[in-house]
Amino acid sequence: MSKSDAVIQVKNLYKSYGKTEVLKGISFNVQRGTMLALLGPNGAGKTTTVRILSTLLSYDKGTVTVEGHDVAEDAQLVRKSIGLTGQSAAVDELLTGRENLIMMGQLYRLTTKSAVARADELLEEFDLVKAADRTAKTYSGGMRRRLDLAVSLIATPPVIFLDEPTTGLDPRSRLAMWGIINRLKDNGTTILLTTQYLEEADQLADQIIVIDGGKVIAEGTAKELKSKVGKDRLELTFASEKVLDQACSALGKSVADADKKEYTATIVIEDTNTDVRKVLDKLNDKSIKFVSMAVHKPTLDDVFLSLTGKQARTKAPEQDQNQDSKAKKGTK
Amino acid sequence: MSVTLEFDKKPKFIQNINDSLIMIKRSSRHIIRNTDQLLGAFFQPIMFLLLFSAVFGGAISQSLPKGVSYLNFLMAGIIVQTVAFGSSTTAIAVCNDLQKGIVDRFRSLPMSNLAVLNGHVVSDIFRNSISTTVMLLAGLVVGFRSSASLFEWVQIVGILLLFTLAFSWLSAIVGVIAKSVEAVQWLTFVFIMPLTFASSAFTPTERMSSGLRAFAENQPITHIVNAVRALMQGTPIGNYGWLAVAWCLGILVVSIPVASILFRRHTSN
Repeated sequence: MSKSDAVIQVKNLYKSYGKTEVLKGISFNVQRGTMLALLGPNGAGKTTTVRILSTLLSYDKGTVTVEGHDVAEDAQLVRKSIGLTGQSAAVDELLTGRENLIMMGQLYRLTTKSAVARADELLEEFDLVKAADRTAKTYSGGMRRRLDLAVSLIATPPVIFLDEPTTGLDPRSRLAMWGIINRLKDNGTTILLTTQYLEEADQLADQIIVIDGGKVIAEGTAKELKSKVGKDRLELTFASEKVLDQACSALGKSVADADKKEYTATIVIEDTNTDVRKVLDKLNDKSIKFVSMAVHKPTLDDVFLSLTGKQARTKAPEQDQNQDSKAKKGTK
Repeated sequence: MSVTLEFDKKPKFIQNINDSLIMIKRSSRHIIRNTDQLLGAFFQPIMFLLLFSAVFGGAISQSLPKGVSYLNFLMAGIIVQTVAFGSSTTAIAVCNDLQKGIVDRFRSLPMSNLAVLNGHVVSDIFRNSISTTVMLLAGLVVGFRSSASLFEWVQIVGILLLFTLAFSWLSAIVGVIAKSVEAVQWLTFVFIMPLTFASSAFTPTERMSSGLRAFAENQPITHIVNAVRALMQGTPIGNYGWLAVAWCLGILVVSIPVASILFRRHTSN
């Protein structure tokens, strides 16, 4: 049982805070050595799920096991096999990077010798050697996140929870973080990632679970989810409504949508190479000129929109679930 | 990953003690790194001592027994007051940890969670020892003299350590309950200000109005101040020695479990 290939198993998980139901029967498995992304808007229940999985929070109903250990009954055993990187970088600001790593290593029950050696290795790996003996207070946001992740890897736990690891990072730091996460995956670590960035789930995860309002609303690979929404689209914008009408009649049924305000026609295409040419040829035959042209691949944004009817990338990252906010204070 | 990791295989209770030692090391490093707080621990006692002895000295010395200088009278009181206020740093540290999410990290580790409290309480003793030493030295410079023997000094130090420990644990409770560092500040102020002022710390209690006097003469700060003062000045200590120790132990017996339970409860959901 403990060697089951599903390292993380969540079945019918329910959790409410008072009368607010946060999780309404979530189920998923994460296979060994893979990365699963929990994707959803703020308040979907992502952080709550991670907090339950990392033994920080109790739950109402369901079964949750990590490495075969029940998180409620064998919390200490679970803790030995997990690493957690939360939304707020949980490092001690008055300790240096190295001191943080060694301290956490010792608290993971590593021998001091091992903790020191592993700290050196991680400082190297996370590009923190120069900053190793400065207090974490002086670190930039990206460095702090890297240290935070390094800290959760100090005892090389087989399972890692990454709760929005790149929220609030600048694009360069985000890319660096993605590189690190990908390397982790290559090393065979099982990873559960939560994110509200669709692109991030797309880039990193093997499997994606879309959750909204405490329920799983879709799951699959990024490719599968996208194919649910549809094919590539060609968007042509014309100079006036008159030209748009001409184009629509020239192209006939292949026009999926014509926007009379923006003078834009959307054409669904099967194969970008051949179909785009066909469309352009047809317009050329009638001497119809367009102003601009764009090919859109379906994004996970489209997936999200079509599944939930709302925009995924909300603008206010402060408010997740009421209780979760406790864990996130003091990110500054 | 090239380093082979070795895990500590010691029995659980030894590991738990080890966790506390690690956290004491952490909190003690905070004392040195937190320069602002350290400067406070250094200058505040000196300022208190000089201000109180200069401002109140003239007026209060009238009501002191003949031959007792106000500075010598004040010393015990002002040390106890400084320690009482100093213990609020435990509350601030505990509150900070809870707010900043580092406690979540600790809780996701296979460690003893109460080690966090132990760390802050013990480091508080270190910080308060610095303050007290500074104050005694400053006192000696401006004319404080004590007749205490070495053995009496050992007793003084013992009582003060016990008192610091007791108030730090009380303070830990405040740190768990308070929602913010600002709340910690006013909460400790509201408790400690009346306790230290309505006591024998700065004036003899004899001339207080009867209600106030009844309170002042039966509360822990007065008993502790009187015990320390008697030991410093070589006057009869009466029951104050035992009372002081009893108060501290009583506070500890209540505050350690209460702080631990509250901390556990606060962090488990």
